[in-house]
Amino acid sequence: MITREDVEHISWLASIKIEDEEKEELVEHFNSILEYFHQLDEVDTEGVAPTYRVVDLANIFREDAAYQSLSQDQALKNAPRTENGYFKSPRIV
Amino acid sequence: MLSELKARQKADSCEEYLFRLFERIEKSSLNAFTTLAKESALNEARQFDKNPGQGLLAGVPIAIKECISTEGIETNCSSRILRGYIPPYDAHVIERLKAEGAIIMGKTNMDEFAMGTSTETSCFGPTKNPWDLTRVPGGSSGGSAAVVAGGEAPCSLGSDTGGSVRCPASFCGIVGLKPTYGLVSRYGLVAYANSLEQIGPLTHTVEDTALLMEVISGHDVRDSTSAKQERHSYLPGLNDGILGLKIGIPREYFGEGVNKDVEKAVWEGIHTLESLGASWQEISLPHTRYALAAYYVIAMSEASSNLARFDGLRYGLRQGEDRDWHTTFSEIRSQGFGREVKRRIMLGTYALSAGYYGRYYLKALKVRTLIKEDFLCAFKEVDLLASPTMPIPAFKIGERINDPLSLYMADVFTVPINLAGVPAISVPCGFAGHLPIGLQLIGPHFGEATVLKAAQAFEAATPFHEAKPEVI
Amino acid sequence: MEDVIIGLEIHVQLNRLQSKMFCGCSTAYHSSRPNTHTCPVCLGLPGSLPVINRNAVEYGIKVGLALNCNIEEKTLFYRKNYYYPDLPKGFQISQYDFPLATQGHIMILGDDGAERNIRINRAHMEEDPGRLVHAGTIDRAKYTMVDYNRCGMPLLEVVTEPDLCSPKEARVFLDKLKSILDYLDVFDGSQEGSMRIDANISLKGGDRSEVKNITGFKGVEKALSYEITRQKNMQRRNIKVVQETRHFDELRNITVSIRSKVGAHDYRYFPECDLAVMRIASWVPTIRAALPELPDVKRERFVKQYGLADDHAKSLTSEIKLANFYEAVAARASPKLAAVWIADVLKGELNYRDLAIESFREEHMAEIVQMLEKSMISEDGAVQIIRDLLDRKGGTPREIVLALGLCKAEDDAVQKAVREAVAESTAAVADYRAGSERALNFIVGLVMKKTRGKADAGEVHRLVKAEVEKA
Repeated sequence: MITREDVEHISWLASIKIEDEEKEELVEHFNSILEYFHQLDEVDTEGVAPTYRVVDLANIFREDAAYQSLSQDQALKNAPRTENGYFKSPRIV
Repeated sequence: MLSELKARQKADSCEEYLFRLFERIEKSSLNAFTTLAKESALNEARQFDKNPGQGLLAGVPIAIKECISTEGIETNCSSRILRGYIPPYDAHVIERLKAEGAIIMGKTNMDEFAMGTSTETSCFGPTKNPWDLTRVPGGSSGGSAAVVAGGEAPCSLGSDTGGSVRCPASFCGIVGLKPTYGLVSRYGLVAYANSLEQIGPLTHTVEDTALLMEVISGHDVRDSTSAKQERHSYLPGLNDGILGLKIGIPREYFGEGVNKDVEKAVWEGIHTLESLGASWQEISLPHTRYALAAYYVIAMSEASSNLARFDGLRYGLRQGEDRDWHTTFSEIRSQGFGREVKRRIMLGTYALSAGYYGRYYLKALKVRTLIKEDFLCAFKEVDLLASPTMPIPAFKIGERINDPLSLYMADVFTVPINLAGVPAISVPCGFAGHLPIGLQLIGPHFGEATVLKAAQAFEAATPFHEAKPEVI
Repeated sequence: MEDVIIGLEIHVQLNRLQSKMFCGCSTAYHSSRPNTHTCPVCLGLPGSLPVINRNAVEYGIKVGLALNCNIEEKTLFYRKNYYYPDLPKGFQISQYDFPLATQGHIMILGDDGAERNIRINRAHMEEDPGRLVHAGTIDRAKYTMVDYNRCGMPLLEVVTEPDLCSPKEARVFLDKLKSILDYLDVFDGSQEGSMRIDANISLKGGDRSEVKNITGFKGVEKALSYEITRQKNMQRRNIKVVQETRHFDELRNITVSIRSKVGAHDYRYFPECDLAVMRIASWVPTIRAALPELPDVKRERFVKQYGLADDHAKSLTSEIKLANFYEAVAARASPKLAAVWIADVLKGELNYRDLAIESFREEHMAEIVQMLEKSMISEDGAVQIIRDLLDRKGGTPREIVLALGLCKAEDDAVQKAVREAVAESTAAVADYRAGSERALNFIVGLVMKKTRGKADAGEVHRLVKAEVEKA
């Protein structure tokens, strides 16, 4: 069972602010969806390897050669806030 | 058909054709296009008229789903958080299209970040189904399907994570293919669930899909999940017919929960295939009923990570005064993402979090193995599988959006295909009243040739691909 | 130190590679303007995908083998998910289960003079995040600026077991590690930020604190010393030391707490599905065969082959370039003498001027040692030549000898002068025999006058003494 506190913790982990009004609905939705997910418990997966990648490739590399980077303008073009060639970020603390 | 279009382009004016399309779009009530690249497209059409190229898609206009990166054209995944983002690079598939002379018309509406089955979660509002403007066109590539079905573009590209090309193809009565995982490069596809998704074409006919597949498929060094397959043509052998083809009918894809009209139309389709020389037998994909849960756990988990980059620092939404970074990021993501996206990110975060990883994510990946094995087993007995694409025809806009689970349930026949990574196509096979129904043909890994051949044979023997909605 | 438990996590930037870990942006970003070495991949633009740099993996294997690790048959990348302005994707591509190398060790000389085995838990590959530039100090800045040039640089993270017992041992370990990395030529340690250290320290019975992102080995020693004091004080006052992350303030030489929730670091690791698995066991034999002779082995060989004292051997093998320099000189002049003059003198003169061994030529050193061997110059003269070559940067030893007139007087001329001086200084000799050591100085001065100062003062003193005692 997911509680309000769980929702608050998840929202902190996911860096998404949740307003108080939203929390109730989220608790309800989460619980019904997770309830549905619990069906998976019925499946016997003893000795079954997980499939992370559906097509089995190995050793895909690129050679160590430098290519043309984006220009500073291109890199910053979509940035909402910049200063002197840097991306401007909110303060850390 | 694109081959007809190409012939016409050489004779008539491409610019005029495109101009008429744009006129139509302007008057449209479909809300299917989000961004139009009118100026550049008309320019290219003009160039083509002066000097027609030799490319496979020379002079052919094409619409691109919002989540595929197009250099210089806004790419926002129908989300507030990415409004205004203009990529400095083209996706691999876009490079290929341009190299063959295709003309990028603009971007099409989708469910926000591809999370949805109805194109209702878009920040631009829902796209309407050309067959019935009160109904959804399917999703998440609803815009891409609607523009083709609605006569606004001759073809388009969408992306399919859990059915997002096939579902709208089915609801809109057109052809939609999800290729084998790894066949089409994902470089430039904004990721939602990276182990599940592929870019796929949406077209009027199977031959058009085969043509687009030749252009967009094949190895790309920039995508480390790209199969080591070279580009090749899917046209030779397309009309070979299906004599002796063995078709498996998975019993789990019929019966309870499937709309009666859908089931009837699909069975008629199977009998049509039989009449063309194929044989069919019932088979079982025993783990089908767990596919939805496994799919959503995996997709949400991957999404929670794939969407972590949206924080307003390098692109996208940023408003108000900055506070400390965590507060600011959290507010931006709260305001920028829609409810469904937030829900999935949070559930995905939960599924991956300490203490729950084994129960949800890892468990789902094990179930995925079993589902994949179901398909591998089936393909030892048969060459192809046939089923309904969707259990229902297009539902009304607003009907399911407030009940997330009921919306998820609609993907029941499409998600297992993404979990297994096999190819599948949806072709129109009938109507439920005035609403199109799709027949899904599923092939083994890299079995596109078989899938296309069967779809082509079916299309040639049926009239459904010629039907047009009233909107046209 | 008793009761002190230290573990280190060292992030080594593999900056000898041409391109970044997962994209082709050039690694030569250090003197570039901000955000000029980025691309859709390392900037994490929507739709971009990583591709693994093959050479980075090779370098990783090299280091793993040099640290005596097992190289895993199958290794793969994971996503480490967390939010921070320097992390464009909101996750770092790193390793978790199935890291590249595990269970290695390095031998160091412990505080007590005995050899100690420091175990390496693992060495794994990951990408560097971007660089934050604060408008002020981290805790007082109004905003922060971000430069992603560094983002995506290939990193090798080396994690030790908590086997270190003191700040000094930590320092010794780091020197050894750097030496090994230098030999392998996988990184250029002179570049800023090329090696960053996180140090974990606890006192027995207490929780550990982690001091993150320390640059410089002196910083590590200072930070750890500070932490020991801080933790001991807390223990004394019966305050529990909590597990937390701290930052080392280089200006104030203290560590400060970076506010972080307990248990907050839930990185939600899962395999990076955009990248394929790596099966690289077959690469190991070739890479192992191509490994250079490593510091410990070279040191032992120097002791045996050249008859050197252990600490000379150690000093000369600390850097590969220095070791090669020494061997080139030892091939042409007395190895033992060369060892003394390179390890004890040249090295000191270089350090004083903040120069590297490349600033001095092997031929010049060989010449100097040869001249010393033949007593053509005095020890003081040799020092002067070295200094002159470093400071004026022109000429050869022989030219300087001629220019400064450093040629030592002929031996028999010195001997003659000594004999004469002793004979002339009967009073001084008598004083010496009566017990006055200082009396010899008078005679030495006389010899120096006779040889016009060209004789070696120390040598003259010995000769005078011998002469006086002969009689």
